[in-house]
Amino acid sequence: MSSAPPVSFFDRPNSYIGRTVPRPNVKKLLQGRGTYVDDITLPRMLHVVFVRSPHAHAKIVSIDRAAAQEMPGVIAVVTGPELAKVITPWVGVLTHMKGLKSAPQHAIAIDRACWQGEAVAAVVAETRAEAEDAAEMVVVEWEELPAVVDMEAALDAGTPVIHPDLGDNLAFRRELVTGDVDGAFAAADHVFEEIFHTGRHTGVCLEPRAVLADYQPAEGKLVAYQATQAPHMIQNLLAKHLNLTESDVRVVCKDVGGSFGIKVHIYPDEMATAALSVLLKRPVKFIADRLESFVTDIHARDHRIKGRIAVKNDGEILAFEIDDRTGIGPYSVYPRTSAVEANQVVNLVGGPYKHKAYRAATEVVFQNKNVTCQYRAVGHPIACAVTEGLVDLAARKLGIDPAEIRRRNLIPDDAYPYTGLAGLPYESLSHHASLEKLLKLMDYDGLRTEQAELRKRGIYRGIGLASFIEVTNPSAAFYGVGGARISSQDGCTIRLDPTGTIICATGVTEQGQGTEAMIAQIAATAVGVTMERVRVITGDTDATPYGGGTWASRGAGIGGEAALQAGKALRQNILTVAAAMLQAAPESLDIRNGTVVDTDTGVERLPLEEIGRVVYFRPDALPKGLQPEFVVTRHYVQKDYPFVFTNGIQGSYLEVDTETGFVTLLKHWCVEDCGTIINPQLVDEQIRGGVVQGLGGALYEQCIYDDRGQLVNGSMIDYLVPMAGEMPDIVVGHVVSPTASSELGAKGAGEAGTAGAPGAVMNAINDALQPLNVSLAAQPFTPESILMALGRVSAKVG
Amino acid sequence: MEQHEISVIVNGQKLRRRVSARQHLIDFLRNELSLTGSHLGCEHGVCGACTIQVNGTAVRGCLMLAVQADGAKVETIEGLSDSGAIADLQEAFHQYNALQCGFCTPGMLATAAELVELHPHADREEIRAHISGNYCRCTGYHAIVDAIAFVLETRRNKGGAA
Amino acid sequence: MKAPPFGYVKARELGQVFDLLEQHGDEAKILAGGQSLIPSLNLRLSRPTLLIDINAIADLQGIRETADTVVVGALTTHVALEKSPIISRHVQLLAAAMPHIAHPAIRNRGTIGGSLAFADPAAELPACATALDATFILRNRDQERRVKASEFFHGLFETDLKPGEILAAIEFPKATTSHRFAFSELARRHGDYAMIGLAAASPQLGMLRLAYFGVADRPVSAERAATHLIRDGAAGVEAACASLADDLESSGDLNAGPQTKLHLAAVLLRRALPALLPSA
Repeated sequence: MSSAPPVSFFDRPNSYIGRTVPRPNVKKLLQGRGTYVDDITLPRMLHVVFVRSPHAHAKIVSIDRAAAQEMPGVIAVVTGPELAKVITPWVGVLTHMKGLKSAPQHAIAIDRACWQGEAVAAVVAETRAEAEDAAEMVVVEWEELPAVVDMEAALDAGTPVIHPDLGDNLAFRRELVTGDVDGAFAAADHVFEEIFHTGRHTGVCLEPRAVLADYQPAEGKLVAYQATQAPHMIQNLLAKHLNLTESDVRVVCKDVGGSFGIKVHIYPDEMATAALSVLLKRPVKFIADRLESFVTDIHARDHRIKGRIAVKNDGEILAFEIDDRTGIGPYSVYPRTSAVEANQVVNLVGGPYKHKAYRAATEVVFQNKNVTCQYRAVGHPIACAVTEGLVDLAARKLGIDPAEIRRRNLIPDDAYPYTGLAGLPYESLSHHASLEKLLKLMDYDGLRTEQAELRKRGIYRGIGLASFIEVTNPSAAFYGVGGARISSQDGCTIRLDPTGTIICATGVTEQGQGTEAMIAQIAATAVGVTMERVRVITGDTDATPYGGGTWASRGAGIGGEAALQAGKALRQNILTVAAAMLQAAPESLDIRNGTVVDTDTGVERLPLEEIGRVVYFRPDALPKGLQPEFVVTRHYVQKDYPFVFTNGIQGSYLEVDTETGFVTLLKHWCVEDCGTIINPQLVDEQIRGGVVQGLGGALYEQCIYDDRGQLVNGSMIDYLVPMAGEMPDIVVGHVVSPTASSELGAKGAGEAGTAGAPGAVMNAINDALQPLNVSLAAQPFTPESILMALGRVSAKVG
Repeated sequence: MEQHEISVIVNGQKLRRRVSARQHLIDFLRNELSLTGSHLGCEHGVCGACTIQVNGTAVRGCLMLAVQADGAKVETIEGLSDSGAIADLQEAFHQYNALQCGFCTPGMLATAAELVELHPHADREEIRAHISGNYCRCTGYHAIVDAIAFVLETRRNKGGAA
Repeated sequence: MKAPPFGYVKARELGQVFDLLEQHGDEAKILAGGQSLIPSLNLRLSRPTLLIDINAIADLQGIRETADTVVVGALTTHVALEKSPIISRHVQLLAAAMPHIAHPAIRNRGTIGGSLAFADPAAELPACATALDATFILRNRDQERRVKASEFFHGLFETDLKPGEILAAIEFPKATTSHRFAFSELARRHGDYAMIGLAAASPQLGMLRLAYFGVADRPVSAERAATHLIRDGAAGVEAACASLADDLESSGDLNAGPQTKLHLAAVLLRRALPALLPSA
């Protein structure tokens, strides 16, 4: 694995940039001594369980709760209209998503349920078990309504409109035309087409969604212990809809058991839990169980894309065209909306290539299934699979090696800055360097030889490549300009304590990525102390600077830069004091490993604890007029680009058993370019974890609905997540192109693995099956779907 | 609610408690004993997050009733940590970053502990098979396999095992 | 996801179990390893008023040999079967199936009797028992009854067990020197219930039982296919595969439709032949 080239400030003693440092904050997790929301117990705490709709679409005729209220331990049974007195509804739209519409959504449904799993009543009891017992006794009389299930039919004349006030089931439409698309298709030697499907799937965080809301009536304050990626966003939303002063809402986010975008939204049942705490004036805990997770955690990726590619005989790509349709459930999710994924697909298709013409259309439609929204690598794996599927389709048809067709068409590494066809600027990408590095890591030629040898023996192995671009370090263009109070800036407050310890409070959050380790490495480097001297505080709106949290691969790029600038400023302030104490010029001094030294000789002059002692306890010894400032805050927002794009490429090597349809993943590779690497191990692990989430979508994961809108595989038994037995070893390599938009130069790495894996696997399967003239384009690629493609099984019955 | 008195040794401590028949062992550990290191990921026996040791073998705590632990020795992640029994696994998980969010980790460690005891010569494929009932959404498993393989090798070298 | 309320009794001897079964009838459930029952309780799919925990009953434990058979107590755990030298010597098919059954932590508590009495048609052990022509020893207060595997499984989660009766032990014939067997299954992920599986045993030349699981509401013995193979050896494989459609009457599930299952049944059969037929 390559390391970053020297970056001036970091190429100095005491630098932790580019070094693998074991995460300082995980010992508690290794001992089971973390603090997840469900680990917190408060005095007089109650548990809420929701009565959920068994129907995809149904009118609530009546709710009889008499029996439930008599059950042991029950404190309250609350319906939607009652809760609506303390919490206002919301509409999940953003103004910059032009035309996006949605209907008002309540914490608990008022008179109608629009998907199987929507909460229609809340049962609050002293224990979860008692609340479940009582929830069974709530009798809801339903009048079933026709359900809109098939997204393809959602806009048809005969299809019922889910929200009549909206006029139709169209939530959002976007069309984009760049360049002379018709001309390009007319000039092409060949046009190839394919219809791609990406399976609706979900995040399955091992820790379910969790909130413990503690309303303190004397002060009118609400403390929400919540498993979230965005504490300040939650603070804003709870205050807004519960009619509280924002500063009276405190969101505390301790350990989070995985998030992946699932926990970056606010859910109706979470809002309801906070409202119930206000209503009952007691702490109320809601922990989603696994069954309700499957029907309420956001789903994602439910797309059908018709794709076309125009190419010359030599493989030159002239144009891409896509027609996308996605079903998002009955509401656009609050507050980030459910149009972003489709929008990203439009932005990203064709992204790595230098063609000049692109046309895209997407339609985002309502349906009576669970809602969809942003899940890890939003839109990326869809766009990548479509793009790379079309590129490989062209390569197969033209008899060009997949690596070669990419060499001929990827944007040259010296072409930057470059504007992609969706109008988004790319600062500096490294597609060709990444491709060549990947081919070398894979021993691509060796694999091709092995593949050919094995084919003679009837063994079908495939090699798949997938180049991608990745959106990271978003500016205000993502949400802020659309009116959402989701911060794109982030801050870091850093202080020197009397003992020489550095305390950093940051607005970015930790869900296991290693945020706190990353911040500590940067702070230690910037100030000049060892890692052991750094403490990091995250996830508390009372204690951290206002910020956006951790999503869209912004933790290191945004939060890290704020920490760097704060650390440098503190260091300067320390050196000013040290210089006065030593009667030396500040420029001649440096801080290394917690000690002020002479920059040139490295001779130790003053330990930080001595400076701390004087500053905090003997300030009389300092010169008059010198006021040490040992608490410093710096903020950072990325303003140069809408997003700082990164890039990468993945390779998959697998074997298809053409008799059983089973796919065995033999090995997987990813080369990515996230700019400055702060901790190589953490980056590699982000990639690996992301790859496996992508592999899940490619081979296993799908939320299967029947024609009545019932999720038929909503348990861990039936919804197949990737497990260790089937997953391959994953080799990770890096190319480093730091972004000039920050001093740190870090881009994000959280989406890269997920972005490219499904496309690489699809291409590898199709590569394996090429001798049989078979290709597939509908994820997940199941044994049955492969057998059907091979003609060994004709049609699915039952 | 029907209550039963049980006598159980948890992490070396002998306890007597009254439990309701329907309470599973993890709810007992978490809610009655505040041993919150055992996690509930699915509560229907699939994810492995609740894996603990009962009478020295790994079991799914959500698939065992607390009342069934009467007379048993239960070791949770807290006990395994304090006794030092899995210190080498914990250290290797730390060094290889074989955990991210940490939610699966106690169960993964309990499973790995049994693996290294019973199968000292397991290769990567056997490690993967053994932990294939423990779901991890964060790591992609590679680092977990690395960490367990490292512990196996280290123990083999130390023990001079053939 | 908490289980509904129920009562619990830890039975000390069989008589007590029979008393409780008599008192509570259908409302009582036997708790053995609990690896299928407890999930169904947590999911509130099952609502017994009483659980009768039989784990402490010594009569139901242990693996012992007779001259021609191996008798396995119903409470024998999967891991005990996996580690038993008696099983690996005399009931190799069972030993071969073990690593496919769920995961180690489940195998540590799950029992053979529990698995067989639960009668999940996608489970491995019912098919193994069918292929091996095992005898199920059922007991009630008054008598012991012996039922062949082929008669024991009645349908989805349904067996020949009558009210007041429990599965006490399973008797497997010892493998002879000419015994041949094959076990294979196709599961989406390691340890999952199989999309389809085949447990096959040939105790001697001229005898063959092909027990498929994951195809119908119970393990299915493909008798026509076996007849072709017995008669024609490897040459009968095409006819055997062709007759699977009649033998299996396969039904679909989430992972595979009936056609897919049928196709895979033939693949498994072809792949098993070398192990089953001396000349193949």
